[in-house]
Amino acid sequence: MTWTRRHLTGIEPLSVEEIEQIFATTAAFKATLGRNVKKLPSLRGKTVVNLFLEPSTRTRLAFEMAAKRLGADVITLDCEASSTTKGETLRDTARNIEALNADMIVLRHSAAGSAGYLARFLGIPVVNAGDGAHEHPTQALLDCFTLRERFGSLAGRRVVILGDILFSRVARSNIWALTKLRARVTLVGPSTLVPEEFKALGVEVSHDLRSALADAEAVMLLRIQHERQNSSHFPSLGEYTSMFGLNKTRASWLAPDAVIMHPGPINRGVEIDSELADSSRSVILEQVTNGIAVRMAALYLCSGGSPDHLPAAS
Amino acid sequence: MPAPDPSPLWIAGGRVIDPASGRDEIADLFSLDGRLVASLPETERPRARRIDAAGLVVCPGLVDIHVHFREPGQTHKETIQSGSRAAAAGGFTTVVCMPNTAPPADNAGIIQYIKDVIDREAVVHVYPSGCITVGMKGEKLAPSGSLKRAGVVAITDDGACVQQNELMRRAVEYAAMFGLPVMDHCQDESLTHGSVMHEGLVSLRLGLKGWPSAAEDIVVSRNVILSTHTGAHIHLQHISSATAVDIIRRAKQRGVRITAEASPHHLALTDDALLDYDTNFKMNPPLRSEADRQALVEGILDGTLDCIATDHAPHTDYEKDVEFDYAPFGIVGLETALPVVLDVFHHSGKLNLPATLDLLTRKPADILGLPAGRLAEGAPADITLFDPEETWTPTPTGLHSKSANSPWLGATLRGRVRKTFVAGRLVHSPDDPTPAG
Repeated sequence: MTWTRRHLTGIEPLSVEEIEQIFATTAAFKATLGRNVKKLPSLRGKTVVNLFLEPSTRTRLAFEMAAKRLGADVITLDCEASSTTKGETLRDTARNIEALNADMIVLRHSAAGSAGYLARFLGIPVVNAGDGAHEHPTQALLDCFTLRERFGSLAGRRVVILGDILFSRVARSNIWALTKLRARVTLVGPSTLVPEEFKALGVEVSHDLRSALADAEAVMLLRIQHERQNSSHFPSLGEYTSMFGLNKTRASWLAPDAVIMHPGPINRGVEIDSELADSSRSVILEQVTNGIAVRMAALYLCSGGSPDHLPAAS
Repeated sequence: MPAPDPSPLWIAGGRVIDPASGRDEIADLFSLDGRLVASLPETERPRARRIDAAGLVVCPGLVDIHVHFREPGQTHKETIQSGSRAAAAGGFTTVVCMPNTAPPADNAGIIQYIKDVIDREAVVHVYPSGCITVGMKGEKLAPSGSLKRAGVVAITDDGACVQQNELMRRAVEYAAMFGLPVMDHCQDESLTHGSVMHEGLVSLRLGLKGWPSAAEDIVVSRNVILSTHTGAHIHLQHISSATAVDIIRRAKQRGVRITAEASPHHLALTDDALLDYDTNFKMNPPLRSEADRQALVEGILDGTLDCIATDHAPHTDYEKDVEFDYAPFGIVGLETALPVVLDVFHHSGKLNLPATLDLLTRKPADILGLPAGRLAEGAPADITLFDPEETWTPTPTGLHSKSANSPWLGATLRGRVRKTFVAGRLVHSPDDPTPAG
């Protein structure tokens, strides 16, 4: 089959075949990352606009780098520079970018549903780089790609997602991706941040770290946002760390070859012990590297690139 | 208000339904000097305007005790004129407009201004309501005695529920002195900070901040307790939660003086409708679960909920056409209410036609003591003619409201208003797009 989507707004609508196609494309691009001359001609002459209306470091850099490696011209607009601060609507900002002949928009926005909203009326592809607490599809794709490199098939693999699930787009996208790839997913965290309703999505919900981590083959940590402290979802960061922070003892409950993942940015000493983040079990930096290849694949496929014309493995 | 039409009117051969009197028969209906009469004198018959109503239902003009006409201050969304035309198009001849205007209707001067505009421009009966608190800020009582004298039929801080219990207690105690009903929009704001839709599986999937039913249930309980304590009449606006229905049911069994309304959208739709982040399904209170929806229907059937009110809340397309989080709450409802209510209760076989129309005529009128909702001899000739079977599709340009933020755009609705009369004057007729008024 060939890739037919123009937009990547989330994982939920993707078929397993589409996810596999992104992985195959990612693998081909990853093979080019180590070359001396890294630039490919795939998107030469195209302009990608990164519309980042919410702060981001890793994702923004990775998308910029990915577009540049594909030969595209890249313009990044962030919140301060855009006219949305002057009261312009998102629709008008996006229509203007389209009128300037941009070929693609990568959107990061604090409002859930905003990437899908743009996709409904824009004539150019929209790639979601995170919309509120809804989805962050390229993050889940790079997470699952990283796990695939470790484990091969994810079918039956036990994956724990630990932390602030309620407000996390990374968790939602990973729930969709992992369940489509037939992994066994358990969500863990305080009851206020991991409501039971998540079970309806085909995952387990637990508030007991020990039983959840026992024999898990991967644990995905989520950043505890400091601003969450001002709400009443849990008493304090200290209490969170003592109940749900991943430390050496707790990591020892994991399966022997288990990996520790984190989408960044890390709060060292809060959701994860500093040493653990740098340990041999951590694949956090592999995730970052794979993030470039996944985003190259997303930009390439959504711009109409054919999986049959990928760069040959060198 | 348009002046009463003194000329004789003869509505012939329709199914005349008057829920208040139990009348339901194929008959002729007559009006003279803007009032209903038993028959026209022989001398008047030849010059009467004769309307052939065969196949149509002829009922009292519908009554809606919860609309937002946005005047003064937000006339880009709606005006008293455009809102009243939307009312007429939906078969409504009497409406009560909410005081959350800009500035809010919290003093007699603004009420007088609103009444002046109503006198000049409204094509149906429009009654103002006033604020409970000054500026709807929930801090200090508005002068409800002066508001009553100026002509309000109720007070409410609709959209900004009074959070302070002591203030609400005094508000209902004080207003009861004038027999002025207090209508409350039941929402504990500490539970809904940043919330945009019902808290449930759909909000979880969409990553939108959930709005728990508890926010409504707690304030409904508060109002039941305050009404019990003071004896004052409190009317609960747009009930949306199953638990709230249960609380109201038990309170009514004990004889507490509360009344309650449900909106057509909460009776017909659920939070599943939000899966595409369509802001025309974003309102306050939010669309809830199927279990809540069914409880509301049950509540109407057993009388726990007294009537239907639209919460007609116009917003322009450019205000609604934004990210879901940023869109304002509210939908227009006057022009779609009748077919939606017919669908939920009548076409489904849950209620017969007279009982269904009772929810939109006598019952809402009686809650606030309005002279409306009946086809009694001598009553104003406020009459609605509709075809219960005709299907039609709402479109942005087809609606008479200034705004088109309707969840039913493009849907096929069954039941269509053919003619609306206010005091004997034809104010809506789709076959004659510019009736007198």
